[in-house]
Amino acid sequence: MELDPVLLARWQFAFTVSFHIIFPTLTIGLSAYIATLEVLWVATGRELYKIIAHFWTRIFAVSFAMGVVSGIVLSYQFGTNWSRFSAVTGNTLGPLIGYEVLTAFFLEATFLGVLLFGADRVPRWLHVFSAVAVAVGTATSAFWILSANSWMQTPTGHEMRDGIAYPVSWFAIIFNPSFPYRLAHMVNAAYLTTAFVVIAVGARYLLAGRHAEEARTMLRMGIGLAAILAPLQLVIGDLHGLNTLKYQPTKVAAMEAHWDGTKPGDFHIFAWPDAAAETNHFEISIPRGSSLILTHDPNGLFPGLQDVPPQERPPLLNVFFGFRIMLAIGFFMIAAALYGAWLAWRGRLFDTPWFLRVLAQSWWTGFVAVIAGWVVTESGRQPWIVQGILRTADAASPVPGASVAATLALFVIVYGIVFAMGIYYINRLIAWGPPRRGEEYRKPQLAPIAAAEGASGALREGG
Amino acid sequence: MEWFLPLIWAGVIGTAVAMYVILDGFDLGVGILFPFAANDREREQMMASVKPFWDGNETWLVMGGGGLFVAFPLAYSILMPAFYIPIIVMLLALVFRGVAFEFRGLAGSKMKWNAAFAGGSTLAALCQGVVLGGFVEGVKVENGAFAGGPFDWATPFAAICALGVATGYALLGATWLTMKTEGAIAERGRRHAQVLLLGVLGFMAIVSLWTPLNFPRIAERWFSTPNIYYLWPVPLATALVAYACWRGLQAGRDVLPFVSAVGLFLLCYLGLVISSFPYLVPPSLTVWDTAAAPVSQMFMLVGTLILLPIILGYTVLVYWLFRGKVREGESYH
Repeated sequence: MELDPVLLARWQFAFTVSFHIIFPTLTIGLSAYIATLEVLWVATGRELYKIIAHFWTRIFAVSFAMGVVSGIVLSYQFGTNWSRFSAVTGNTLGPLIGYEVLTAFFLEATFLGVLLFGADRVPRWLHVFSAVAVAVGTATSAFWILSANSWMQTPTGHEMRDGIAYPVSWFAIIFNPSFPYRLAHMVNAAYLTTAFVVIAVGARYLLAGRHAEEARTMLRMGIGLAAILAPLQLVIGDLHGLNTLKYQPTKVAAMEAHWDGTKPGDFHIFAWPDAAAETNHFEISIPRGSSLILTHDPNGLFPGLQDVPPQERPPLLNVFFGFRIMLAIGFFMIAAALYGAWLAWRGRLFDTPWFLRVLAQSWWTGFVAVIAGWVVTESGRQPWIVQGILRTADAASPVPGASVAATLALFVIVYGIVFAMGIYYINRLIAWGPPRRGEEYRKPQLAPIAAAEGASGALREGG
Repeated sequence: MEWFLPLIWAGVIGTAVAMYVILDGFDLGVGILFPFAANDREREQMMASVKPFWDGNETWLVMGGGGLFVAFPLAYSILMPAFYIPIIVMLLALVFRGVAFEFRGLAGSKMKWNAAFAGGSTLAALCQGVVLGGFVEGVKVENGAFAGGPFDWATPFAAICALGVATGYALLGATWLTMKTEGAIAERGRRHAQVLLLGVLGFMAIVSLWTPLNFPRIAERWFSTPNIYYLWPVPLATALVAYACWRGLQAGRDVLPFVSAVGLFLLCYLGLVISSFPYLVPPSLTVWDTAAAPVSQMFMLVGTLILLPIILGYTVLVYWLFRGKVREGESYH
C-alpha cells in the first residue's frame, strides 16, 4: 500500500495541534486567574487568596510544561511537514509568528521562573508582577497565533506573485476580517474552560468536606465568571458564525449540512450527512432554524453545499458533528452557570449536593468544546490550507510517506505517555489540595516514600 | 537595503542560535550528567540549579526556528524536510526531558523521570549534532526544494558531530554545576569537566581536519590568502581559552571554567560561520537567495531591534535573581 504523505501529514498535525491546544486553553485561563488572586491577595491582605493562588500555580506549572514542549514541536512542523506552505506564506505569516516569540514566549517563559520558584527570593510586588507578566504573555501569544490562523481563513492585505504571498498592508494582514471574532471566541473559551475546571475542583472539595473555605471561594469566583462569559460566548459565537457566512459560506453550509441554497435552511439537531448522495439521513430538525439564525429571517437564503462542486466541499462529518458537540457543551455551560448563579443568589450553592456532583464531573467540558470548535473551523476550510490561495494537497513537504508515518506513530506513543502521566499528576496535585493556612506547602502522601528514598540513597553512598 | 537586510537577519538568527546553544547547552548538559549523581538528593540539587531558567533557554530554539521561518522562509522550507527525522526525534526528546522537570517532583518513584530527563537531554544533544553535521556537509536542492532522501544526514561526519555536541553540552553542564552548586556535586563537576574538556578538544581537532580535507570550499575559505592572515587568531584564541578553562578547573575556580567553556563554544561557532558563510543551505543557496521579501524582513526587524534588548534585559534580571549557589535541599518550591 502506498502511504499518502499529505494525508499522514494532516493526521500528524491534527494530532499534535489538538494535543497542544488543551494546555494553552488551560494556561491562558489559569494564568489570568492566578494573577487575579495574587492582586487580590496584595489588595486585601487575605492569606486565603495566596493559598489558592499557590495551589493553582502548581497545576499551572505542570500544564505549562506540557504546553511549551508540545508548542515547540508545532513551530518546527510548519517546516518539517508543510514546507511548501512555509515557502508560500513565510513573508506574511512569518512575522506574526516572530512577534509571538518576541512579545509572548520570552515574557511568559522567563517570568514563569520567578512565579514558580521566586516566592522566597523576590519582593512581593515582583512576584505579583511576574504573575501578571505570565498572564499577559499567554494572552499575547493567543493574539498573534489567532491572527495567523485567521489570515489562513480570511487572507487580506497581501498580493500573489509567482505563487508566493507578499505583504502589502500589515494592518490588513494582522487584523484580517475573521480575526477579531476568532480571538474573542478563543480567549473567552479559554477563560470559560478554566472557570469550569476551577468550579469542578471546588465542588469536589466541598463534596469531600475538605478545604471548605478555599472551595467556596473557587466556586463563587468560577460561577460568577461563567455566568457572564458563557452567555457572552453565545453572542460572540453567533457573530463569528455570521462572519464565517460572509467569507467562508461553504464552511457554514457544512456546519448546517445545508445542501440546496435555493431553499431556506432547517436547523438539524441531529442528521447523518451523506456526501455521496448529497442528502441527510435521520434528520431531526427545527424547520427554517438555520435561516433564522444566519439571516435573522425564517425565509432567508444562504449558500448550500451544492453551490460548489464536490471536490470543493470540506469533510462533512467532522464539521457537522464538531459544531453540534461544541454547541451542546456551550448550552450546558450556560445552563450550569446561570443555575449556579441563581443558587448562589438564594444562598444555596454550597448545599445542593446533586448540583455540586454535576459540577465536579464537568471539568472536561471546555476542552472538548475547544477541540470540537477547532475541528469545525480547520476541517471547514478544506480543501484549502490558506483559503483561496493554497490547497492543502499542495502544501506538504517533499518527505516520504514512511517518514511521516513513523514519526506520527512516535508522536502518538510519546504524547500518549506524557498526557496520561500529566493528567495523573494533576489529579495527584488536586488530591493533595491547597496547603493549610500558615503551613508550608506539603506533600502529605509522599513524605514517607521520599524519606525512604533518602535513606536508601544514604545506604548506597555508604556502600 | 536589499543587500544589507539578509545580512542583518543572518546576524540576528546567528545570535539566537548562539544563545540557544549556550543557554540550553548547559541545562541539557546537566541532564546528560544526571546518571552520574550519587543519589536523589544530588539530582534534586542539579535540577534545581537549572529549573528557573530552562523554559526561557528553550525559547531561543523557537526564536532560531521561528526566525528562520520569518527571515529565510526558503531555507526553512528546505532544511526542515532535509533533517526531518533528527529534528522530530530531537523535539520528542525535548518533550520528555521538559515535562520531567515538573513530573519528577510529583512522581512516587522518580526513576522513570530521572531516565526521561537524562535520556531526553542526551538524545536531543545528539540530534542537534547530527543536524549540525548534515548542515556542514550540505543539502541536495532542486528547484528550490529539498531533493534528497530521508537518511542523507546519516554519515560518519554527522556521528562525530553528534558526539562532539553532546560532549560539549556536558562540558557546559559540568562547569555550570561547578559554578552553581557546592560540595560533592561541584567537586564531581570539576572532575568531569577536565575529562570532557579533553574530549571536546579532540572532537574540535577531528572536525577542523576533516572539513578542509573533504570540502574544498572550506579549505579555500581558511587557507587561501589573504584569508589566512585574518583567520589565524581564531585557533590561537581557541587554544588560549581552552587553557584558561583547564587552569580554572585545576585551581578550583568557580566561575572561570564555565565562562571559558562558553568562550570555547562561541569560538567553535565562529569557526562554523567562517566555514559556511554566506551559505544558509550549503553548498548552493546563500542568505540572499533564501531571504524573505525585504518588506517582511523590515517589518520584523523593527520589532526585533526594540524587543530583543528588552528580552535580554529581563533574562539577565532573572539570572541575577537566582544568582549564587543552590544549596542542598533547596529546590525553590
